[in-house]
Amino acid sequence: MKIAVLLKKVPDLVEDLEVDGSEKALNTDEIKFKLNEYDDHALEEAILLKESGAADEVVAMAVDGEDVDKMLFTAIAKGVDKATKLTDGNPADSHQLGKAFANALAVESYDLVFTGVQSVDDRDGQMAPILASYLHVPCVSVVSGVSVSDGTAVVHKEYSGGMMGEFEVDLPAVLGIQAAKQAPRYTPVSKIKQVQETAVIKEVSMGDLGSGAGSSVASMAPPEKGVGAEMLDDIEALMDVLKDKGAL
Amino acid sequence: MGDILVITEHLKGEFQDITFEMLGRAKEMADSSSGQCAAVTFGGMNGKAGELGAADAVISVGGSDDFNPESYAAAVQSVVSAKSPSLVMVGSTSMGMDIANSVATVLDMPTVSYCADINTSGSGFSCTSSMYGGKMNAVTNVDGPAVAMVLAGAFNADAGRISGSPTVEDFSVESGSGKVRFKQLIEPEAGDVDITQSEILVAVGRGIGSKDDIELAEELAEVLDADLACSRPLVDAGWMPKAHQVGKSGMKVKPKVYIALGISGAPEHIEGMKSSSTIIAINSDKNAPIFDVAHYGMTEDLFDVVEELVEELE
Repeated sequence: MKIAVLLKKVPDLVEDLEVDGSEKALNTDEIKFKLNEYDDHALEEAILLKESGAADEVVAMAVDGEDVDKMLFTAIAKGVDKATKLTDGNPADSHQLGKAFANALAVESYDLVFTGVQSVDDRDGQMAPILASYLHVPCVSVVSGVSVSDGTAVVHKEYSGGMMGEFEVDLPAVLGIQAAKQAPRYTPVSKIKQVQETAVIKEVSMGDLGSGAGSSVASMAPPEKGVGAEMLDDIEALMDVLKDKGAL
Repeated sequence: MGDILVITEHLKGEFQDITFEMLGRAKEMADSSSGQCAAVTFGGMNGKAGELGAADAVISVGGSDDFNPESYAAAVQSVVSAKSPSLVMVGSTSMGMDIANSVATVLDMPTVSYCADINTSGSGFSCTSSMYGGKMNAVTNVDGPAVAMVLAGAFNADAGRISGSPTVEDFSVESGSGKVRFKQLIEPEAGDVDITQSEILVAVGRGIGSKDDIELAEELAEVLDADLACSRPLVDAGWMPKAHQVGKSGMKVKPKVYIALGISGAPEHIEGMKSSSTIIAINSDKNAPIFDVAHYGMTEDLFDVVEELVEELE
């Protein structure tokens, strides 16, 4: 049983976000990028399945870019067996990213593909179901909790109000992971450095990325501020509101 | 503009709010043009077609009452292929995510996610997506057939909650390959508290920083006789039990007073708490989207505020 985990970097929302000169995209010059938090959960869930003996091998895959080597070495330090970097291209959206991974997965065998359920920048759709359509395999999104046996996976898909649907899925399949069974693990920098010295990242050309999303952003701007909140200057003002609204 | 197809969503035999929110908007857009608005129902929900009076027509694909990512998407794909709508509206929900992306990819239509607004524009539609955790809006204009994933709460459900007698068409579809099989619906585990019934909620978000610091919020909840709630990341980190989670996959709450501590206000969270009578947000990021839905706000350090408040109240 082999799991491929697809990782992607996204802008860190802690940053002040601005649009660039085109007013159609984010200005990415000054901002930090970090691993998509849902991809981190996908990674954790895959490593947990390996540690439990349900999976034999976990491969992390990512598109080449700034600090991607470090992200992949970190994944190895956390417990994945191999890392693959897709080179020679620059996917512009979820569709092209899906194509890049689909091309790579056409040669790399897998039983399950895990990726984060969504990302803060996937305007043109979520990668898991898009990729599954390219690969012609089933997909379940918004998954928290995966168990595997005899060529099938049993997954829990989250609905609203804390309800979940349980599904049995024939493998191979793609799963959009919402949350791992436990919080993503932390790896000390020393361990990552150690991995960096010994591990090798495989490089694969990402191939033809297709025509992409079929739509483009006409304009981007921070949301218009409505009336917004009445700002309170001190504790007294806050106490007055609490009293007035019946909380005291 | 051509026709609009709304993909209804139901759970345990009831249409979900998102269905009426989309229908209301679809009807407004159809009424302002020559287009028609049709709703697709699954399983036995055609029996409740009378609730879908905002639609000109109901297309019943039948099949199982229980959602199935594969067969529901296959059914919608058949309907879209046959009816060629210019816009397909799907919820930006757990079920919608599986349907929308699969149908759009197979039929080579563009998808526009996280739509907080949709308007007719020339011969097509203009869709506004709430991106980057609600910090940016991106406008996408689509002229050909497209799939729009509509955020819960983007439109008024009352506008679509119209009873009537739309024509009901039984539409025969393929059931899919059977590679995904529904097993059971799992009810949420009962927690120590039902936050949907709370009058006052103290809600903590990522800004709280560490598990140990939740204690401070607990102290505030205690002096206010409030219950403790949280945003998703705290549940995922294992800091808070799931029963306390507010938002898209958690609980929908509407207390008298909702105090948000260190919550940035991603659309997924706002969906679950925006109906609160009074929302007070304390967050050091003055640009946090939470301040757009809050009635009152403070940008001071939340620890200082909470400590001082607890002291005053004790």
